[in-house]
Amino acid sequence: MQPSLSPDFSFLQKAEAAGPFNAAECFQCRKCTNGCPASFEMDLFPDQVIRLAILGQKEEVLRSRTIWICASCETCSTRCPNGVRIAELMDYFKEMSIRTGVSPAQPHVASLHQTFLGNVRLTGRVFEGGLLPAWWLKSGQLGSKIRSGGIRNEMKMALKLFRKGRLATTPKTIKGKAEVGAILRSS
Amino acid sequence: MKVTYYPGCSLEGTARDYADSIEGVCESFGIELQEIPDWNCCGSTAAHSINHTASIDLPGRNLKLAGQLNNADLLVPCPLCFNRLKAAAHELQEGNGHGFQTKLPPDLPKIWDLANFFATGEMLQKLSSGLKKPLEGLKLVSYYGCMSSRPPKVTGADDFENPQSLDKIVKALGGQPIDWPYKTDCCGASLMISRTDMGFKMVGKILEMARRVGAQGVVVSCQMCQSNLDMYQERIEAETGKFFGLPIMYFTELIGLACGLPGAPNWLSRHFVDPIPLLRKNRLI
Ligand code: SF4
Ligand code: SF4
Repeated sequence: MQPSLSPDFSFLQKAEAAGPFNAAECFQCRKCTNGCPASFEMDLFPDQVIRLAILGQKEEVLRSRTIWICASCETCSTRCPNGVRIAELMDYFKEMSIRTGVSPAQPHVASLHQTFLGNVRLTGRVFEGGLLPAWWLKSGQLGSKIRSGGIRNEMKMALKLFRKGRLATTPKTIKGKAEVGAILRSS
Repeated sequence: MKVTYYPGCSLEGTARDYADSIEGVCESFGIELQEIPDWNCCGSTAAHSINHTASIDLPGRNLKLAGQLNNADLLVPCPLCFNRLKAAAHELQEGNGHGFQTKLPPDLPKIWDLANFFATGEMLQKLSSGLKKPLEGLKLVSYYGCMSSRPPKVTGADDFENPQSLDKIVKALGGQPIDWPYKTDCCGASLMISRTDMGFKMVGKILEMARRVGAQGVVVSCQMCQSNLDMYQERIEAETGKFFGLPIMYFTELIGLACGLPGAPNWLSRHFVDPIPLLRKNRLI
């Protein structure tokens, strides 16, 4: 953490206006962090994200790996004795980082979400069969998947699913896809 | 009895096995499933992660359509869909509604997590009286995952740290539910594709505990939990050098099996870790 800190309280004020997330209620008990199943890969623990958000340390929060590593399991929000909506605040930061053009510390996680919503926009429902290939392309992993042979594992699984009648081969388009498109565009 | 039904996207694809077992079981218990006409994707983790407005308006559209049917109950098998529908209802009914397109009708059906629907006193009674082949001697842990219980302010769950629905169902079917500490620990479904390494660690921990408490199999009600614990089990075994050999079965498949529904053996044959040898050993198939 930085040796000298100039708190910027407007950062949290803005977040709370969009929430509320009740972050200012945090008394740093670390119950959120102690129950977090994804903490082993985090660069900031959930309680640290809350603390830094209160102090307005925007860069540290938005550039952290943690906001993308968070598995959205809701254990923290459920257990916080002060009603801090930690998981929801993590989502708010993800969205903010994308909207303000901060490059995500876990680009593959972010691009999967984007690919998923792009897929929904096309037909109104998710077409699982198209999701992975589209994401490999978008995230630039297709080449390395082929070179490393990793794609073989995926193909084997897909084939097995297909044999068990568990792989739809064509997308389903709903009548209201324009409505769905409008929801995903306007927001 | 007629109910409104929201299957969600994966039940049309990779969770077709779950969908078939639900349809079979509901039919045999006289529950008529009326699908929400022209339903759309609930937005899943992607929407709530990076597009808050859509994460309310996408399920909001489904609720609006559900409100046009005349049923008192809305059954939702996918816990993530359930969670997002509840979150939308919560936000649109209790929040100020600003910034969202959806206008909800005044009367919404009760939104049910499917396992909870089957674990009411009345349904358990029906299960017990329909028993043909009790699951005698079958030791099972119930794995609930995250989304049917958390956060309780949204889901309305009161036993969110120690849910009971699946345990009660297993018991009603004559099986032996085993208590264990990882009922609601996260399997990392939202990370399984983009951070497979993390998903493997999270699933490995759960499978190891199931094994440690002496379970012969795992009962689930979530198709994401099912595929995470099932499809990757062999690869996790190879990476960790541990053996689990745990079939991961939907509670609806077990209902089918215990109540002697003809489709059940077929539903159970569509997983990766084959449950059939275990069921044979227990003379259930
Ligand atoms: S559990 Fe709540 S009060 Fe405790 S550190 Fe986490 S956010 Fe703060
Ligand atoms: S929601 Fe995210 S931060 Fe909270 S406990 Fe789960 S993984 Fe950790």
